[in-house]
Amino acid sequence: MQSSFPLFPQAASSIASEVDLLYFFILAVASFFAVLVSVAVVFFAIKFRRRHADEIGHDIHGSIALELIWSIIPFVLAMVMFFWGADLYFRIARPPADAMDVYVVGKQWMWKVQHPEGVREINELHVPLGRPVRITLGSEDVLHDFYIPAFRVKMDAVPGKLTTLWFTATKTGSYHVFCAEYCGTQHSGMIGQVIVMEPHDYEAWLAGGRSTGTAVQNGEKLFTQLACITCHKTDTSGRGPVLTGVFGSTVQLMDGRQVIVDENYLRESVMNPQAKIVLGYQPIMPTFQGTVSEENLLQLIAYIKTLKATTPESPEGGQ
Amino acid sequence: MNHDIKAGSYLDAPHGIASWLLTKDHKRIALLYLISITVFFIIGGIFAAGIRTELMTPEGDLFTADMYNKVFTLHGVVMIFFFLIPSIPATLGNFLVPIMCGAKDLAFPRINLLSWYLYVAGASLTIGAVALGGVDTGWTFYTPYSSMASNTNVTLAALGVFIAGFSSILTGFNFIVTIHRMRAPGLTWFRMPLFLWAHYATSLVMILGTPVVAITILLVGAERALGFAIFDPRVGGDPVLFQHLFWFYSHPAVYIMILPAMGVISELVAAVSRKQIFGYSFVAYSSLAIAIIGFLVWGHHMFVSSQSIYAGLVFSIITMIVAVPSAVKTFNWTATMYKGSITWDSPTYWVLGFMGLFLIGGLTGLFLGTMGLDVHLHDTYFVVAHFHYIMVGGGVMGFLGGVHFWWPKMTGRIYPETAGKIAAVLVFVGFNLTFFPQFVVGYLGMPRRYHAYPEEFQILNVLSTGGAAVLGAGYLLILAYLVASFFKPRNAPANPWGATGLEWDIPSPPTTFNFEHDPVVTEDAYDYVGRARKAREN
Repeated sequence: MQSSFPLFPQAASSIASEVDLLYFFILAVASFFAVLVSVAVVFFAIKFRRRHADEIGHDIHGSIALELIWSIIPFVLAMVMFFWGADLYFRIARPPADAMDVYVVGKQWMWKVQHPEGVREINELHVPLGRPVRITLGSEDVLHDFYIPAFRVKMDAVPGKLTTLWFTATKTGSYHVFCAEYCGTQHSGMIGQVIVMEPHDYEAWLAGGRSTGTAVQNGEKLFTQLACITCHKTDTSGRGPVLTGVFGSTVQLMDGRQVIVDENYLRESVMNPQAKIVLGYQPIMPTFQGTVSEENLLQLIAYIKTLKATTPESPEGGQ
Repeated sequence: MNHDIKAGSYLDAPHGIASWLLTKDHKRIALLYLISITVFFIIGGIFAAGIRTELMTPEGDLFTADMYNKVFTLHGVVMIFFFLIPSIPATLGNFLVPIMCGAKDLAFPRINLLSWYLYVAGASLTIGAVALGGVDTGWTFYTPYSSMASNTNVTLAALGVFIAGFSSILTGFNFIVTIHRMRAPGLTWFRMPLFLWAHYATSLVMILGTPVVAITILLVGAERALGFAIFDPRVGGDPVLFQHLFWFYSHPAVYIMILPAMGVISELVAAVSRKQIFGYSFVAYSSLAIAIIGFLVWGHHMFVSSQSIYAGLVFSIITMIVAVPSAVKTFNWTATMYKGSITWDSPTYWVLGFMGLFLIGGLTGLFLGTMGLDVHLHDTYFVVAHFHYIMVGGGVMGFLGGVHFWWPKMTGRIYPETAGKIAAVLVFVGFNLTFFPQFVVGYLGMPRRYHAYPEEFQILNVLSTGGAAVLGAGYLLILAYLVASFFKPRNAPANPWGATGLEWDIPSPPTTFNFEHDPVVTEDAYDYVGRARKAREN
């Protein structure tokens, strides 16, 4: 059990103990040098204290050997920390392919969560134990940061783009979610809970949730309502590119560049359509800035991701 | 003893307020700066007291949320831009750089005075922003909050910071020219006191970095006032671009605060040990290395900002490399004390205090430069503790150590030794009690800039607030006995510490033009052995 005044955070994700291990390694190295130098200066200050008013120190100017030793040893230790930390960071930054998706949007001052199955929550995020969860993060206004200390992960929610973070929860229970990037008046009130449940409890929770259609279904509805379908047809007769099978592909732009179609490119193409025009099309699409909320955008993206050449209407979204 | 004022101390002549406000004497300008930055330190300290009092309880009960946000913003803005950045360079640097060079003044005395007026103008605008209701963006002015969301006086405060930036640029420019052109005959680069090396390196950062933040802050103002689309994502701007531009200056700005403190400590370690500094050229070059490499690490503030993970790799490795010259300095100071003749006068207390706090500050930087760990630590109290250990533990301890060491030279007065020692101990203990618990609460996950927080963080926050009270008492004690010393006779000897250096060969306080005869330097810095030999021969 966690005491009511803990000195060390709970570790409830697959990465948490790895982060803690690196923390303890650096703590050990840092403590060693802090103690070494502190003891040395205090010891010298006492042992070599001035005995009479005219006394001066010994005539010592330096030592190349010592300079090399105390440059190289810290350098090597710093490089160990760098490589260890970089390796860990890459694992924190790259979600596994089989991760389940959750969409989170930050706005002043709340977290809005959508599960692909359609269940929505505010300031709460229910996840199953032991399954990798990939959060696609957006912001409706200013910078926020989705931070779960018990999982040792955080990521900024940046207006104008989508970011991701992922984790695999390893302990059931509920854990703090904090907004870690200052966002105005109620910044410290922008907190919530991650609730980690046994998988069968999670399924039961999902089934009992107030679903308003899956993210994909909602996205499909929006696709019609917003008249995207008028130009983005399933054959090449439309004025806009065909979106079937587009996700994950590489497209050629008018200015000669190539771009991989990912969440951020889709987002930009809706909000700021003139930024990257696909070769062979006119820059005629209007911006949907102000028309489409970040949440709707995530639903549209969820829908577009399902538009595969073979099964254009897979029912449950995802990959 | 050389305290007769036949040649006229710089404090006495000429007389009158106008003679001070229009002075071109670097020593008087140093005192003008000393008084102004002390005022801002007190203002910033009052804001700090407000923060710590609020955080004694988990609920936000002392201030409203908006008020708290303004309080921590102003604490940061005032302390960084109007106290820490000018602290050592504009006071001790202004006073000592020309004297250590053996010169009558800085290269451009009028520009030096202009820089003080720019500082006062910038600071006044920012205080004006406070009077009109405050600013709530955090000292980092992150967009798009600062450019589109905040409805406080961001533009005015930003303009204040912009103008004060020019004061910093002009000071850096003046030091660089002075050190290049006005060194006394015989004062070669490698005979210079390390204080000059440190100020040279600091000046490079000031003139190369400050223009970038000035323009960045101006762009925020332009976006607010004129609707420029630089950072606003709704019209294709990039909020993360602001962070790149801001940290390109603001990370090196930390070196503007710490490099001069390192210069002070190099002087103090040699003087209290009466010994040649160990590895002089390594300490000198490490200042330049820190200044140069320090320009290439800004992205370590942005590991979770959506910056490319490959860019993050580069910033992380360079960050780890910049730790090495700091380690080299620390080891050389330690080795300097070996077989020294170490006094236990008050400057030694500041040296030991600086070493202890700077060690912790520097070493905790390793945690944050390590990418995988920074993901957890970023924007928590761990970061708050770390930068306070560097900027206050290192920077302010260095500043206070320097003020205590050169106070007799600057004012001609002696302060009570015992009070000086008690103050140093209070500051050291109070500082650790304030900020060490913040490492713990930071690793627990408490984010910074939180007005209210979950209950389990309370004990550590109460400890921190208790420490802040001790720290505040230490600072007030210093203020009291230094101000009181002005009411005592001017009886400081020319060289109270028995130290080497051109400043100790002239009267305390110095005459207006510093030197009666232009000095010629014939020995290395800190040549205690040579000086003792000469004394025996005479």
